[in-house]
Amino acid sequence: MTQREALQQQAEQRQQVLDAFSHHLLVCAGLGCLHNDEIIKALRKEIAAQGLEQQILVRKAGCMGLCALGPLVLVLPDAVYYQTVTPQDAGEIVAALGKEPVQRLLLPADLPFFSKQQKKVLALSGRIDPENIDDYLAAGGYASAVNAITAMSPPEILRIVGESGLRGRGGAGYPTGLKWATVAQAAGERKYLICNADEGDPGAFMDRSVLESTPHAVLEGMLIAAYAVGAHTGFIYVRAEYPLAVKRLQLAIREAERNRLLGQGVCGTSFDFTVQLRLGAGAFVCGEETALIESIEGRRGTPRPKPPYPAENGLWGSPTLINNVETYANIPLIIARGAAWFAAQGTEQSKGTKVFALTGRIKHAGLVEVPMGMTLREIVFEIGGGIPDGHAFKAVQTGGPSGGCIPAEHLDAPISYESLSALGSIMGSGGMIVMDDTSNMVDIVKYFMEFCMEESCGKCVPCRVGTAQIHSLLQKFCDRQASADDLAALETLCDLVKTTSLCGLGQSAPNPVLSTLKYFRQEYLDRMADPSGPHQEGQL
Amino acid sequence: MPTPPSDLHLQDKRWETIDRVMRRHDFRQDALIETLHAAQDAFGYLDADTLRHIAARLKTPPSKVYGVVTFYNHFKTKPKGEHTLVVCTGTACHVKGNDRVLAWMEEHYQLKPGDTTTDNRISLLEVRCVGACALAPVVIADGSIIAKKSLAESTAMIREWLNDAA
Amino acid sequence: MTPIPPHPPETAQTLNLTINGRQVSAQAGETILEAARANDIFIPTLCFLEGLSAQGSCRLCMVEIAGSAKLHPACVTRIQEGMEVTTETERLRDYRRNIIELLFSERNHVCAVCVASGHCELQDLASELGVDHISFPCRYPTLAVDASHRRFVLDHNRCILCTRCVRVCAEIEGAHTWDVKNRGIRSLIMADFDAPWGDSETCTGCGKCVHVCPTGALFEKGLAVAEMRKQRPALPTLVANRATEQR
Repeated sequence: MTQREALQQQAEQRQQVLDAFSHHLLVCAGLGCLHNDEIIKALRKEIAAQGLEQQILVRKAGCMGLCALGPLVLVLPDAVYYQTVTPQDAGEIVAALGKEPVQRLLLPADLPFFSKQQKKVLALSGRIDPENIDDYLAAGGYASAVNAITAMSPPEILRIVGESGLRGRGGAGYPTGLKWATVAQAAGERKYLICNADEGDPGAFMDRSVLESTPHAVLEGMLIAAYAVGAHTGFIYVRAEYPLAVKRLQLAIREAERNRLLGQGVCGTSFDFTVQLRLGAGAFVCGEETALIESIEGRRGTPRPKPPYPAENGLWGSPTLINNVETYANIPLIIARGAAWFAAQGTEQSKGTKVFALTGRIKHAGLVEVPMGMTLREIVFEIGGGIPDGHAFKAVQTGGPSGGCIPAEHLDAPISYESLSALGSIMGSGGMIVMDDTSNMVDIVKYFMEFCMEESCGKCVPCRVGTAQIHSLLQKFCDRQASADDLAALETLCDLVKTTSLCGLGQSAPNPVLSTLKYFRQEYLDRMADPSGPHQEGQL
Repeated sequence: MPTPPSDLHLQDKRWETIDRVMRRHDFRQDALIETLHAAQDAFGYLDADTLRHIAARLKTPPSKVYGVVTFYNHFKTKPKGEHTLVVCTGTACHVKGNDRVLAWMEEHYQLKPGDTTTDNRISLLEVRCVGACALAPVVIADGSIIAKKSLAESTAMIREWLNDAA
Repeated sequence: MTPIPPHPPETAQTLNLTINGRQVSAQAGETILEAARANDIFIPTLCFLEGLSAQGSCRLCMVEIAGSAKLHPACVTRIQEGMEVTTETERLRDYRRNIIELLFSERNHVCAVCVASGHCELQDLASELGVDHISFPCRYPTLAVDASHRRFVLDHNRCILCTRCVRVCAEIEGAHTWDVKNRGIRSLIMADFDAPWGDSETCTGCGKCVHVCPTGALFEKGLAVAEMRKQRPALPTLVANRATEQR
């Protein structure tokens, strides 16, 4: 029996086991659903008490998305969601199986939060046990990788990824196919692959969720990429602040190795690929690819000037492919269903779907996946359910601490790399923070600038000193001590830091200030002391 | 308290763990951050003797080791208190008032982020987003999450927890 | 600190480009800064020092390249055939002035009492670029002076974090006594495990760091105002000799 057939058989056996149960209770075991362990225990105890162990299966699952109403429990095959479940609810939930669902806990079946989404990357999230490779195999997992490695040539894969139009999901939106082709063509015997899982944007947890829910999908994407570009060693650089993601990745790597999907001679071919984890240590700037490389090499995470780009001169001077978690997680789907399937969704320039972490002053906070081109209004008011407690929408901030704040008048803008950038913001990795009429924009912007100042590596002058100076100026506005000169200095500094900083952190740090100066200027003017105040000069 | 690894070092299994990490990387300099993680996991923090040992084993200049340790927020050069309160300072938590939790901690316990009380009982730490934004605001008391609480509720819980912890 | 990749072998071809409208030619693999200096075209620099790895961190050498909306640091950008480089525009001058102002505002630079006054690269650039006032509030941090070394002093108040001292010590002297601790605005130069300089176990006392320092942050003891004349070690010669020896 070939390795391929063995995996097939393993998947079928798992499916038979799963099919033998009349009901499945999936309990969200992501970081956002507290006490899920106790819920699982309570459900199992109840089922055992009733002697239903052969009929009902309780499974640990990944994130179901609606974190605001968690912990969630999904009942299959009925596809019924229960919200804010506690261990005490176990009896009622088990008793209702096959009958009328428990109304008290029931989420409406037509909730736009679920119906407006199009889950591709998240399709298996919350549907399979992230700690069981057989679950992933039974759902068709690793079929793309096995097919790619045993039946496709690297150029063929490069062509498909290129044609799909997939762009980097980490923020900058560089065409993935182009990056892969550059690494594939780069001269050098040794090439490396890196998965950037250093999701540092506060308010963003897309990658955490993908890693916690479907770690094997990320490994599968990396495996296909490694085969396509000719890399034999891969690293996943993951935040130490994500212990659950780290644990599940470690387990997934071990299970993939045991099933010969990683290691020497993948799938019985001559292709070798090993994956190692590297833990971040609390530095936002390490999300920048060259800083991340410095960090893997054991140094301070200070970015290098580009060019040379990592694709030509990266880890230990070798050609290196760096993609983010969500980018890799898209790859198995593209290989399975083709470039045209992927490109059929989204806008002209931004194809496919994108995962967003919707948080802040919003009713249905959680993790969502929508096609590119959906408007901000649909995301905030339909999927997100709007603003709670009768407050009014004020702004939505996309792209993390260095993204811009988009006001109500642009809510009908379709989300794409281009449109967000035209509005003075960025796609970023997918954080989306909603602010309402209680939010003070200058205060929020000061918070973002403090973040950038604290996270600046200090290597280049504009970012190191400029972000600190911008922060001091914003403090003056908050204290109502600012003058017209301060406003002018603020604008000068923002331009300087944006234009002359060495890396993306500095280059985008002024975005929150610039976008709020554009859309909420009055809030700055309202906080000025005396428009003709004295000009402060330092001495040489 | 870590003991400097001399001939006694086999007596403390924790040094073996650290050495094993370095050996796995053939004592290459790029193992520095992995080794620091292992050392901090073992001892709770990184003291001068530990850093000296790692620098010597990895043949890395002391200043380079210290530069790395102080660059990353995760690495601590002082021991933590018996109990730790971690306040998430991510955007969603900020928008929902965690800055006021920090102000409250300073007012009531004279603790700023990174500080430990003089009796070594409580350490206050801040963390850049734990990624549980839908539960904002998030405070973590000795590993358990206090989520979605108002300022009054969470401070009451912190008080209760600190009395329990006493 | 990773140096940009070494120059290609000497067989490299000659490339033609224009700098400020002037036709110049240079070897493939050279940077814009090298090509400009070889043709006596001035581009301001602070972190750059010939013989040390270039890191492109002070951002003073930013230049414009036709066809690119971005600015490019001349010290780490390699020339290309047909490149049209502009090193002097009002916009570039404004940015450079602002960067100098930021450096002055960051710490406590009081030229009137500085040993390096008159021989300071920061002061020279300020006067060259016409920086006559600082538009940003000075931060006036409280910073230490380390006078523990027998012969030298480190005054953090005058340090601009160009890291020339770190690089010369690591790359030329091979001692790697210096590095940077903390990050961002809190960054500081430090020796060993943050030891007083005089207690450093790795420092050889060679004094190269003192002489490559562009300001009065590192100086010899016993000097009065304006007496610290820096003697740049002949780094390119040292590097070349070392390469010959090794061969």
